[in-house]
Amino acid sequence: MKNELLQKEIDKAMALLPEPVVRYIQDCAKKKNPNSHLISVLHKVQEHFGFLAREHMDAVSVLMQIPAAKVTGVASFYHFFNFTPRGKHRVSLCMGTACFVKGAGKVLDKLQDLLGIKVGETSADGLFSIDVARCVGACALAPVMIVDEKVYAGVKPDQLVKILGEYGFNPKKAKK
Amino acid sequence: MSNPMEQLLERRENAEKRLRREKFNAKVRITVGSATCENAAGAPDVFKKIEELIRKHGLKDVTLSRVGCTGRCDMEPVVTVFSQRTTPVKYIAMTPDKVEKVFDSHVLKAIPLKALAMPVGVVQDTDFTEEKLWADARLTDRFSSVFGDVHFFGKQMRMTLRNCGVIDPEDMDEYLMVRGYQAAVKVLTEMTPNDVVNTVIKSGLRGRGGGGFSTGVKWNFALAQKNEEKYIVCNADEGDPGAFMDRSTIEGDPHTVIEGMIIGGYAIGARVGYVYIRAEYPLAIKRLELAIAAARQAGFLGTGIFGTNWDFDIEIRLGAGAFVCGEETALIRSIEGERGMPRPRPPYPAASGLWGKPTVINNVETFANIPVVILDGPEWFSSIGTAKSKGTKVFALAGKVCNTGLVEVPMGTTLRDVVYGVGGGIRDGKKFKAVQTGGPAGGCLPESYLDTPVDYESLTAAGSMMGSGGMIVIDEDSCMVDVARFFLDFTQDESCGKCTPCREGTKRMLEILQRITSGRGVEGDIEKLLRLGDTIKRTSLCGLGQASPNPVISTIKHFRDEYEAHIREKRCPAGVCAGLLTFSIIAEKCIGCGACKRKCPVPCIAGKPKEVHEIDQARCIKCGQCFEACKFDAVKRS
Repeated sequence: MKNELLQKEIDKAMALLPEPVVRYIQDCAKKKNPNSHLISVLHKVQEHFGFLAREHMDAVSVLMQIPAAKVTGVASFYHFFNFTPRGKHRVSLCMGTACFVKGAGKVLDKLQDLLGIKVGETSADGLFSIDVARCVGACALAPVMIVDEKVYAGVKPDQLVKILGEYGFNPKKAKK
Repeated sequence: MSNPMEQLLERRENAEKRLRREKFNAKVRITVGSATCENAAGAPDVFKKIEELIRKHGLKDVTLSRVGCTGRCDMEPVVTVFSQRTTPVKYIAMTPDKVEKVFDSHVLKAIPLKALAMPVGVVQDTDFTEEKLWADARLTDRFSSVFGDVHFFGKQMRMTLRNCGVIDPEDMDEYLMVRGYQAAVKVLTEMTPNDVVNTVIKSGLRGRGGGGFSTGVKWNFALAQKNEEKYIVCNADEGDPGAFMDRSTIEGDPHTVIEGMIIGGYAIGARVGYVYIRAEYPLAIKRLELAIAAARQAGFLGTGIFGTNWDFDIEIRLGAGAFVCGEETALIRSIEGERGMPRPRPPYPAASGLWGKPTVINNVETFANIPVVILDGPEWFSSIGTAKSKGTKVFALAGKVCNTGLVEVPMGTTLRDVVYGVGGGIRDGKKFKAVQTGGPAGGCLPESYLDTPVDYESLTAAGSMMGSGGMIVIDEDSCMVDVARFFLDFTQDESCGKCTPCREGTKRMLEILQRITSGRGVEGDIEKLLRLGDTIKRTSLCGLGQASPNPVISTIKHFRDEYEAHIREKRCPAGVCAGLLTFSIIAEKCIGCGACKRKCPVPCIAGKPKEVHEIDQARCIKCGQCFEACKFDAVKRS
């Protein structure tokens, strides 16, 4: 009886996660120290969904047989993981020392002002979200902003409207 | 059956045959810098353009390949054109249009296009040949036979980055050409683990990750542990903002790191190695994965590597953005799949690390130096540097300096030589204010300290530290209190929260700094910061906490007048701290063009066209846009 219940839970969890992730978890279970792969599993889940939803973390917990509290604890410890859906376009501003010295702070102020959201939030239309990167290691190009995959070098506050415009930003609409 | 070294040399011969056929014997060989920074600067488009041009002209004797980053970040993308009997020409800041001009002139007509090339310093070798380049020279010499003619590189010594920008990181055959894996085979076949440890001790190599502990001594501790199961870990969790030498090393020369780990593993008796790398470095991860796969395929990793009876394999583990995981005990927890929180030492990881087994953790740069120590010998290695700091150090030179990029200099070079010699001095004719080394754990040194030699002891004595190698140059436009606040903001956010001094202390220090920078500082704040800093330094659990007050303490020590101006006069001398600024219009200079008025977001600037404008101080939000908009210097910031 108990086994049946567990199986049901496992089936449910398997249905929630994409198949490659399920297979990866099963592969890890065969390795030495299977629990040590928790962080890579979370990476894969986030890669697929864009963020870590509670149900997905619960599913990881069931499949890896690690308490949900622990899964959440590990996920929330690391900056790389986020728990809310991100915008269609992810704007990431580097706040490393070189970028800071070259005025990234002003770019960030303007960016938050333009989009009307703070770091870590997503705009109401779901188009943009702002993240702050610690250092992307392209210090000579400072200040650096990354939209999705594209890197913008030497960004100045007054270039933002134009850059964001490439991704469908409308300054008039956003002001409201 | 031939011995492992013969097998390796045979493999190299085959590699050479293949490369000569496919790449090196061409009339013209072109390489394009392709690291993360180069790609961001537009290298992929340039690469595509050259491919297209070769195809268009149907050229059979022109080859094209990717190389790592040369470290000349502000001139990227860099395209190097090799032809026999002439010094390779380095073309800078290439775009598809510019590269077409280079192609037309240099490749089609054999006339180098000097106007677009990197400025040449003292020409060292005009009789360049591919044979000479790949000859069995000292490992560190090869870089200068390609780049030795350029001023910027002429003052450096490339040891860690010896192959970056020279070889194709995705082609293991090119690594074999630069005596790749010969150090590993030499160690496995001719040396006992004890010999290796003693060689590394003799070389004087110290950990490049920041601590500066003797690598050989660390290995010796682990070797002495009686345990069947041991681990060797490469720390590539380069979380230090402003440092990117590890990324560049892995992207430009991943096999060196693998080879260093093989040697380290053999020395301490570890059959499994882990590379703990930041998830934020996708290209480095990809190149490392490719390199590990190629090494496995060749039998350099796995069971019975290089045909010996030694087993060794490497696994990659991704970090997830936690600065504290650069601390070795935290890193271990993270590899184990836990929250990356440090624990008190001893026991040191060399005695009890991953899953309680003896574990050695070294930084990327440290591993990259190991093949040099083995092949060129510990005597030669220790001939470079100072009495206590041997070899070279890579710095990520950034900030307000003319030449930004990765520079590698012998230990003992002065800060002045790095900033003014290699770095070319301060940008835009501004005045030097400070140089920040060691990232959030280091400190800011003023002009009077510029003659400090770069080595572990001297930098620490000056109140900063070597750290992992970030070097940010700060000019008169930056406020030192604000810089200190920036670093505290970082460490406070990255504090793991396990120990109270770091968790609470950094938060309180940050609050005081925020108060000062917003104009609400009170007498006694400086003393409070120093007292708190001292307590945090002495009582925190790990290196992150212990070093976190350094940026504050060093800026108070060297720039106390700036703190005092903020607190007593409510003035920010550099004009950075918004809360302390006033903007006003100088009537004599204002021509009434209205540029400031149009930019003002509040809006609080009034005035008719062609008449003097005025700023309403009560409504001004001090954004500074009017200051930047005015072309007549009529807006005064004070």
